[in-house]
Amino acid sequence: MKKTVNIALPKGRLGEKVYNMFKAAGYECPSIEETNRKLIFENEEKCIRYFWVKPSDVSIYVERGAADIGVAGKDIILEYRPDVYELLDLNMGKCRMAVAAKKGFTDSKTSTLRVATKFPYIAQCFYDKKCRDIDIINLNGSIELAPILDLSDVIVDIVETGSTLRENNLEVIEDVVPISARLIVNKVSYKFKNNEIDAIVSEMAKQVENK
Amino acid sequence: MMRRDEKAVFALRELFEKYGYTRYKMSRFEEYDLYVANKDFLISDEVITFTDRSGRLLAMKPDVTLSIIKNAPDISGEVQKVYYNENVYRVSGGTHSFREIMQTGLECVGDLSDYEIAEVVLLAAQSLSAISEDFILDISHMGLISSVLENCALSKKDKDKVVKCLQNKNAHELLSLCKGLELDEEKTNKLNSLVICAGAPETVYKNLFEALTEENEKEALNELFSLCKLLEGWGYEGKINVDLSVGNDLKYYSGVVFKGYIEGVPAGILSGGQYDKLLKKMGRKSKAIGFAVYTDLLSRLENTDTLPMIDTVVLRGENTNICQLVNFIKSLPEDEKLLVTASLPEGKRWKRLYKAENGKVNLIEENC
Repeated sequence: MKKTVNIALPKGRLGEKVYNMFKAAGYECPSIEETNRKLIFENEEKCIRYFWVKPSDVSIYVERGAADIGVAGKDIILEYRPDVYELLDLNMGKCRMAVAAKKGFTDSKTSTLRVATKFPYIAQCFYDKKCRDIDIINLNGSIELAPILDLSDVIVDIVETGSTLRENNLEVIEDVVPISARLIVNKVSYKFKNNEIDAIVSEMAKQVENK
Repeated sequence: MMRRDEKAVFALRELFEKYGYTRYKMSRFEEYDLYVANKDFLISDEVITFTDRSGRLLAMKPDVTLSIIKNAPDISGEVQKVYYNENVYRVSGGTHSFREIMQTGLECVGDLSDYEIAEVVLLAAQSLSAISEDFILDISHMGLISSVLENCALSKKDKDKVVKCLQNKNAHELLSLCKGLELDEEKTNKLNSLVICAGAPETVYKNLFEALTEENEKEALNELFSLCKLLEGWGYEGKINVDLSVGNDLKYYSGVVFKGYIEGVPAGILSGGQYDKLLKKMGRKSKAIGFAVYTDLLSRLENTDTLPMIDTVVLRGENTNICQLVNFIKSLPEDEKLLVTASLPEGKRWKRLYKAENGKVNLIEENC
């Protein structure tokens, strides 16, 4: 008997693009395209069930087995280090993690660097490698405000086009790591639903190649 | 009724004793030095420490294996077989806080032959099978992985990166890593096949054997494969997988490593391997292999939908005659469950409800 596979999609624009990719791969679910307030969408014929979750929560759903498959940005994977398999780079949602500061800022390295970020672990690792002493300021949004109001010297954040930075008179001073969306799989589900998951992954891999 | 985890502990104890393993009971505390010296061997390097009355720094045990091998004999021809059932204290992945974790396992230390290695792996499979029919045992061989990495002539830093990709089955990042290191096609192909080959031993063996080029790599693969054959011959066909993502530490593990899963528990429930390198680091000649079962994970399988059933509930009212009540209790069938309470119990079901009042015990409700 075919087992139902649960897929956690990240809410938002990226999630919709990812769903379209699943759809093109043959795993459509018509009810998801209707406008309603349902939380879970199932296509019984294809043995597949989708749900939308907050992007930063995808890895939690997958790691704890509530979802068998999930799509999460590499930023989330690096920050939360979930114990999952990372089977595919979907090659979408491409951007980069970077250090940015007010235009003209140079790190004098004479005092502790104040770093505002949504990604404390990634920031810490990045500066640990350089043996730079930093003070992490953990924010949950509007990171760009921090250097403007002198809350921090620099920020570590995701940069897509850089236009938000430019408009606020900030600039990238260093790249940390490139980011894109990854397909992650729960380690135990991959054992017990191996055939089902492998079929989905290989269809998705074809989609990535065709793009 | 015993809980799932309690049942598992009993079943495992019986199994281990059947094969001549003896119980090893240890103290909750251990000198902190032991863990500092072997920090990387621990699953999480955070340890609860305190100073004892003589000023020594002690730790709440985060791991059992180190304490056992510290005291194990190192004489040729001698083998120590022990099992344990202990609590360990470590930071759990998701919550970033200390947790008490119940762990049952065994260690086989000493002058080991291939038989002991096979016996321990077989006991791992039997342990899983005693807990649940739906289990899978993933097996890998650190000797194979380290020979391949060695033959690719990678630096320590790059080796760690490759191992990370291996653990996450991350083929895309591995390929870009190989490209960056300018490895030739043969080596890239070899590393890639370590990542992507997984599943039934027969198929993995075929695919991997083609990709491997050096003698010592093939030797390790053969060792792994014959072990899988042994397990399948025991009756575990279809439940044994070769999966090289299991291995995590080249520094301590030398031979076979394995991880067990059961359906319904979203994390590995059994984990173990051969760790000769740890003993070598401690200046010993002997070999060692062992595994641990995380029985506390089984509470996930407990059926919590049905409320606990009590046979007889007695409401004690005012002026309850104790003698009469005790006599009434004595008259009940011996194997029935009883609760004497002042008010109706919440979150429980019952078959018969009595009220003890004014020297009498009267039946007031009966559910079938």
